[in-house]
Amino acid sequence: MSENLIASTASKARRLTDEEIHEIEHEMELYPDKRAVGLEALKIVQKHQGWVSDESMLAISKFLEIPVSDLESVATFFNLVYRQPVGENVILFCNSVSCWVMGCESMRSHINEELGIDFGQTSEDGKFTFLPVPCLGDCDKAPVMMVGDDLHRNLTQEKINDIILSYKERK
Amino acid sequence: MAKVVIDGVEYEVNPDNNLLQEALSKGLDLPYFCWHPCMGSVGACRQCAVKQYRDSEDTKGSIVMACMTPATDGTMISIDDEQAKDMRERVIESLMISHPHDCPVCEEGGECHLQDMTLMSGHNYRRYDKKKVTHRNQYLGPFINHEMNRCITCYRCVRFYDDYAGGTDLAAQASHHHTYFGRYEEGVLESEFSGNLVEVCPTGVFTDKAFSEHYSRKWDLQTAPSICAGCGTGCNITPGERYGTLRRVVNRYNAEVNGYFICDRGRFGFDYVNSAERIRSPEDIDITQELEKFRDGDAIGIGSPRASMESNFALREFVGESNFYSGLSDIDNEAIQLSLSLGQDSSFRSPSIKEIEAADAVIIIGEDVTNTSPRLALALRQSVRNHATELAKQAQIPAWQDAAVRELAQHERSPLILLTPYATRLDDVASDILVAPPSELVEAAGVIASAISENAPKTDGKRDSATQIADVLLNAKRPLVVAGASAGKIEYIQTAANIARALSEKRNETVDLCLTTPEVNSLGMAMLTNKENSLGIALNQIIQGDARNVIVLENDLYRRAPHSEVAKALEKAESLMVIDQLPTKTTEQASLLLPATAFSEHEATYVNYEGRAQVSFQVHQNKIGALPAWRWLSENPKESISSLSERLQQSSEAFKGIAELRPEISGTVSGMQVPRQSHRYSGRTAMRANVNVHEPKQPVDSESVLSFSMEGIPAAKDATILGAPWSPSWNSNQSITKFQEEVSGDLKQGNTGKALLNRDKSGSYLEIKADTSSSNEGLELALAHQIFGSGELSAKSAAIQKRMVDPYIGLSKEDADSLGLKQGDSVSLDGNGNIAAVVIRNKIKAGTAALYCGENEIDYHALGSSVVLTKAENTFNRGIENLIVSDLYEEGY
Amino acid sequence: MIERPLTKNIDMTRPPLAIADYESNDGYQSIRNIAKGMSPSDVLQKTKDSGLKGRGGAGFPTGLKWSFVPQGDDTPKQKYFVVNADEMEPGTFKDRLLMEGDPHLLLEGIIIGSFAIQADTAYIFLRGEYKVAEQRLKKAISEAYDKGLLGENILNTGFNLDIIVHTSAGRYICGEETALLNALEGKRANPRSKPPFPQVSGLWGKPTIVNNVETVCNLPGIFTYGIDWYQSLTKGKDHGTKLFGISGKVKNPGCWELPLGITIRELLEEHGGGMQDGLELRGFLPGGGSTDFMLPEHLDLKFDYDDIAQAGSRLATGTMILLDDKTCPVGMIGNLMRFFAHESCGFCTPCRDGLPWVVAIFDEFCKGQGTRKDLEILHEHVEYMGPGRTFCALAPGATAPLGSGLRYFSEDFEKLIKD
Repeated sequence: MSENLIASTASKARRLTDEEIHEIEHEMELYPDKRAVGLEALKIVQKHQGWVSDESMLAISKFLEIPVSDLESVATFFNLVYRQPVGENVILFCNSVSCWVMGCESMRSHINEELGIDFGQTSEDGKFTFLPVPCLGDCDKAPVMMVGDDLHRNLTQEKINDIILSYKERK
Repeated sequence: MAKVVIDGVEYEVNPDNNLLQEALSKGLDLPYFCWHPCMGSVGACRQCAVKQYRDSEDTKGSIVMACMTPATDGTMISIDDEQAKDMRERVIESLMISHPHDCPVCEEGGECHLQDMTLMSGHNYRRYDKKKVTHRNQYLGPFINHEMNRCITCYRCVRFYDDYAGGTDLAAQASHHHTYFGRYEEGVLESEFSGNLVEVCPTGVFTDKAFSEHYSRKWDLQTAPSICAGCGTGCNITPGERYGTLRRVVNRYNAEVNGYFICDRGRFGFDYVNSAERIRSPEDIDITQELEKFRDGDAIGIGSPRASMESNFALREFVGESNFYSGLSDIDNEAIQLSLSLGQDSSFRSPSIKEIEAADAVIIIGEDVTNTSPRLALALRQSVRNHATELAKQAQIPAWQDAAVRELAQHERSPLILLTPYATRLDDVASDILVAPPSELVEAAGVIASAISENAPKTDGKRDSATQIADVLLNAKRPLVVAGASAGKIEYIQTAANIARALSEKRNETVDLCLTTPEVNSLGMAMLTNKENSLGIALNQIIQGDARNVIVLENDLYRRAPHSEVAKALEKAESLMVIDQLPTKTTEQASLLLPATAFSEHEATYVNYEGRAQVSFQVHQNKIGALPAWRWLSENPKESISSLSERLQQSSEAFKGIAELRPEISGTVSGMQVPRQSHRYSGRTAMRANVNVHEPKQPVDSESVLSFSMEGIPAAKDATILGAPWSPSWNSNQSITKFQEEVSGDLKQGNTGKALLNRDKSGSYLEIKADTSSSNEGLELALAHQIFGSGELSAKSAAIQKRMVDPYIGLSKEDADSLGLKQGDSVSLDGNGNIAAVVIRNKIKAGTAALYCGENEIDYHALGSSVVLTKAENTFNRGIENLIVSDLYEEGY
Repeated sequence: MIERPLTKNIDMTRPPLAIADYESNDGYQSIRNIAKGMSPSDVLQKTKDSGLKGRGGAGFPTGLKWSFVPQGDDTPKQKYFVVNADEMEPGTFKDRLLMEGDPHLLLEGIIIGSFAIQADTAYIFLRGEYKVAEQRLKKAISEAYDKGLLGENILNTGFNLDIIVHTSAGRYICGEETALLNALEGKRANPRSKPPFPQVSGLWGKPTIVNNVETVCNLPGIFTYGIDWYQSLTKGKDHGTKLFGISGKVKNPGCWELPLGITIRELLEEHGGGMQDGLELRGFLPGGGSTDFMLPEHLDLKFDYDDIAQAGSRLATGTMILLDDKTCPVGMIGNLMRFFAHESCGFCTPCRDGLPWVVAIFDEFCKGQGTRKDLEILHEHVEYMGPGRTFCALAPGATAPLGSGLRYFSEDFEKLIKD
């Protein structure tokens, strides 16, 4: 008998790791409603997996018993939930007004040339994903960008070269 | 009442409403998109901008959204203000920047709210010359097309689908001008009410896929006010016909019955009317002569719950009252007869859908309403919101502030108590759910009745929650008890009646008791039938040779009694006349088979679960010689529907007023017939040009108040003859406000049907027979239904068939394990050749076997109250991929 | 006397003060003062009396906002205090400084605010990108629990409070308080209708106060040093100090705590060091990306709520963004429009569909391909997306630089129209 006699999406769900489950359960103590935990769970899964795959989303849906379309609805709403695979290091490049005044466009072109990627793209070696981000709130040190969790300020072309190199060399 | 001034004119308004609703109620034209009479306001589209003035001194004023502004006493607004008009024009211009110019190929064209509002707002030239936003569409199943490029992001779809109807698989995605409305991934929209998206969407994002396949413009459809024959609810619908085929069904507003919404069985289950399988007139026999054979006085007639009052009555006249038998299974007959007598009981009130929505505490016993009377389930889903409205009132949030009310209430709901043998599609809003085998449910319901009143029959067993549930029901403002005949267990109805009686006794008032009926005229046929004239007796008489000539009216007896018994009886009958629309196992054995018109091909009266008689008008003519069954049976060639219903009315006090449901021609403008075709009906002269260039004379309808024509004056007021509402500038279904006394109120001068049941009898508590079958081996059977498949005729419709599943048996994991069964295995029931697929469900209790019989593929009436399952060779037809249940067991979860 | 109550402990060259050092510099003294016997309504009254106005942008009196929270036995017991730490306004970088520099000050303020409205749970809705602030706040919270300043029965007052740091998944619209609440609930961050206000039906439908980080950081000083001291800090009509910032091409961009009511020129020249060599000031946005442009002629105005409003703009966040004479105003406004269009939640029509049109027009202008018709459409959109027309303040915020920019820099637009 064919396995898919009954339509089911759960079969596509992956298993959440113990660590993920532990962290999601911790969030349940902080929020009185499952939907709130759903958004937290997306972030937790992304922290561990780098991004939120369909399999992860279905896993969260099953685990929290909330509709997967509700999760997709918020996952696609927020800027920092990635529904596509990203590189090892995500460059969040501020292109808001202060950075723009301070010349971020030429920094963008520089990264573009150095890594061969523009906004929304991931470098071929899988090391970097380049994304624009709204104002990072460090405008007196513009232009700025984040790579992973680290903030880099007063960007110049030379500085960007050093930053890229340091992340390339990191394991 | 409050007074508001709109453009200098003072109006009396209801201050509990918002200004948009009140403006529409007063007949004013004010464009809108996101507001919906049933779903309130959210303020998203900004289309209903008006100018509000602080007082008469204020000349500047400020722009506000009418839908978000309460109609407080003394409010002054202007719709005509230039700034307000300009704002509305800007909004529509914005909405149209990415909207495709595909109206000529769009299914919505001609009845598109967006078209109407675009014109009304004065936008006629696109200045936007930049790149448009485009989207990818999704496959959403056999019912609904998805064309996201047309979307104007009004959020109505998700507000209906998720918030109103409880769907979970459609959501807003992404953001800013890329906002997308769709499923998480392509696939069938799961909600039983998905078809309403077609009417809720103000443009052509969600359109009727079945209609698309044989599309016609709204104005080219011939329509008439009709009644859905899909279940016993009696929803009002408007079917549309073109070129001799029925093309689609849309909702027809009835303030008390279905309001603005119908279910997907009703919308997509009409297509059997067009079937190539339809029974045709026998050609080589003299029908009159054949009919004579049955007139010798000893013929018996078996009626039909899916045939009209008139046809059942005509058959009863034909064979005589004592020879007229119920067309229901014996168990259903008993249940419906009980429902009928409870319907005459002065302790109870049978609530309309509108009244169901007003209930603030509901208990449902055994009935899977979503699958048997879907529209009622949608109403019950609204009833749980009454607590939210109450909380909002306390917090001074008006009920129309939809998002705010939902936010305030969170998960606070009015109680909904479910006693059910398996998980249902209302579980998500239920406050208490008891899932147990049927016999246990009956017992639990008995305990609840006893907890309400000491006078209720004593029931063994004790349940901690019973007292609590009793208190909930006793303290509610408007409690409601629901059960029904579909579950095949009369004890559900009996205990429901006992609970309702106990409530009535303690509350000293009539109590809402809603007893669903499975078919369009179940209750009506029962009213025409002597209680003791059961089908079993009829079959027995035939088998005994006491009845030689048998007439079966629109009925497949194999659905009503054990197959062997029916076969034996029908073989034994000397002559068997069957009048029906489609071939069945019964028609195979007919000696005289006559074609009956389908619901859209005749004028007829049906009685719904409440005892509400409603007239369904003929939409189009049958072209293959089918006649209304009553006409086949009539001796008098001049018999008319009016004379027949007049005689029906005369036949019993119970039918008083039934003939008056048909409007008189004298009541229409200048005594002219009301046209079934719109005044824009096109192509009439060319329709048959491929056959003959001469335009044929339009068919004459000598019996109805309606004509097969576009000439005449459309029903402007009378709801009973209002097929497709239309009003200048309002081509979409939103034009209905022009016909209502006020938004969501009664239709002007309209009637909503006639309540036939007089509640003048007193009743008493019902003794519930002890279940003796529990000692049987095997699992206790609980009958299950599917919205797509359980309706006999709707199941013959192409779109519905795409959603149907094979017969299945729902089991607990425990029982499945002990029987060595896995998900999707096949089992034989009692080893008698009935094969069903195994569906293991998490919430089902051990000892229960939930049986869905498919299209009568299971000889259900041959089974006892319990069943023994043995593994069988897999034989699947449709499989069960389409099955939508919330508690499917999945390995590993 | 303390002159910089918000930043007195801040030295960005070192980590923030640990709780012991914080306490030894009058830290948590306000809580101890309150614990001596002030009632919630005393705290509310004192906040009202202090004249503190919200520092998030709208400038609404804080005490008055709190007073709308229903109190009494027949009101919902559960109430929430929420800190809006979703700093995302373009050109705004003040809350980061406060949270990274002195997290305990924010916690102290939260305890005061939560006590006033009797909320037992407070959420800090923090920008997801503020990783350093997140770590420092979490560390400070844990220190405060250890000291009995959070948790149950704080300083024997019988008052319980938990503070939870929520990191946002990222959307500018979350800065709008009702959208923020939806985001906290794990929903799409569409704003909600007001009324009902969050004070009545907020987080999970319960009475909720949402205050900006800087607003909350003002509270400890008021309850430590008193109203007289607080009101003496100012040089203008409004009370207290304010964080002011300058970004753009000045010699010394930065963020400083200064009395309300200093002149803009003082800020620019004394603190910002004046324009970079060879550049002239052409205009500036006084309080972040959603304020109207002001011109050099406005430099001698006082930097407070009223004076800025009289010049047709808003103090808002108090962080100026400068436009110099070598930077194209059309490009600058276009950048802002792109930001707002992208960050529109997509709920209401003028914002969702109006802003992208504006952006598309700016794209043409920036290529020198502007048309007169498009310029007219830009002007129309200023009104169309303005206050009262949209569901929330996002699009009206966008119309501030757009409308004022069209007015002040019309020649620059003209120059970009193709012949």
